[in-house]
Amino acid sequence: MSYKVLIVDDSKLARMAIAKILTALRPDWTRIEAANPDEAVARFGVDGADIALLDFNMPGRDGLALASELHDLKPEMPLALISANTQREIVTRAEQIGAAFLPKPLNQECLAEFLSSAEQRLRAAA
Amino acid sequence: MLPSAPIELDELERDALTELANIGVSRAASNLRDMVGHQVLLSVPAVEVITREHATTLLGERARGGLVAVHQAFAGDFSGRALLIFPESNSLELVRAVAGGNLPLEDIVDLEQEALAETGNIVLNGCLATIANVLQRTLKVSLPEVIRGGGPDFLAMAGASEEEDVVLFLYIDFCVNERDIRGYIALLMDLSSLESMRKILQDFIQRTIGQIPPVAHVAP
Repeated sequence: MSYKVLIVDDSKLARMAIAKILTALRPDWTRIEAANPDEAVARFGVDGADIALLDFNMPGRDGLALASELHDLKPEMPLALISANTQREIVTRAEQIGAAFLPKPLNQECLAEFLSSAEQRLRAAA
Repeated sequence: MLPSAPIELDELERDALTELANIGVSRAASNLRDMVGHQVLLSVPAVEVITREHATTLLGERARGGLVAVHQAFAGDFSGRALLIFPESNSLELVRAVAGGNLPLEDIVDLEQEALAETGNIVLNGCLATIANVLQRTLKVSLPEVIRGGGPDFLAMAGASEEEDVVLFLYIDFCVNERDIRGYIALLMDLSSLESMRKILQDFIQRTIGQIPPVAHVAP
């Protein structure tokens, strides 16, 4: 089953890095990208998405605020917050929203693990 | 005289440098969080290529009144200096937050210099080591030094550089709301090291993105 992944990061390089790993792991999946939370919500409204990968530190509002919004819009969508900011408060809030926390720089093993669990959740919900 | 062609970073190189700073400072903030016991909030990093004189002005104007800085120089494939800067009025509060408990004021004052140096060391080293690791380079970092004053005092350190030299100035604001602590982290790199930095950034970009399909919006 092929899924559509929303990637949100204000850094173009970070989006490219995530895209590279995602393409290596799931070559047939589709990705859509946004450079900030507003653009992400707009693109999600138009294109929809099955899974979202979100940066934390972005202009405007942070990745946790965006995760909450996306969760309200589509509660069954698996979410991951990607950040080097491993402060307890941030990791805990991610857990409360039901988002996974993946350390930045992102490595293939971490993303692979998240994608597998996301696939299981999506299959179970289908 | 202004160098005739100050080095220009292209969009992706600037993006890479900002992202590196973001990763470095995010890790450093996690260290600081454990020291003060409260969440450390960070701004989005800003990167500017400016003259040393302009950097001096920016360093000074970002806070009113006297400033305290913990300074560490770094050298290796690229070199420069890292500063943790906050208003002098915050300094005792930071020491109190790090030292914990309810120490009497005189003990806090005694501890101040040492605690500031150690806090700066952990935050700045955390940031620089993370950047060096991501770039797969080694950086030598000097011992921390506590400086009081303003922008000119912080930049007058080490090396007799010309005011007109172009530097790369990178800064991120931080604050701890529960403890009324705020300040910022600044990284400065000089022009000659910017040239080598640019090559290192290009390697890093190549390694990071490799060969992937064009990053277009590929939704059907």
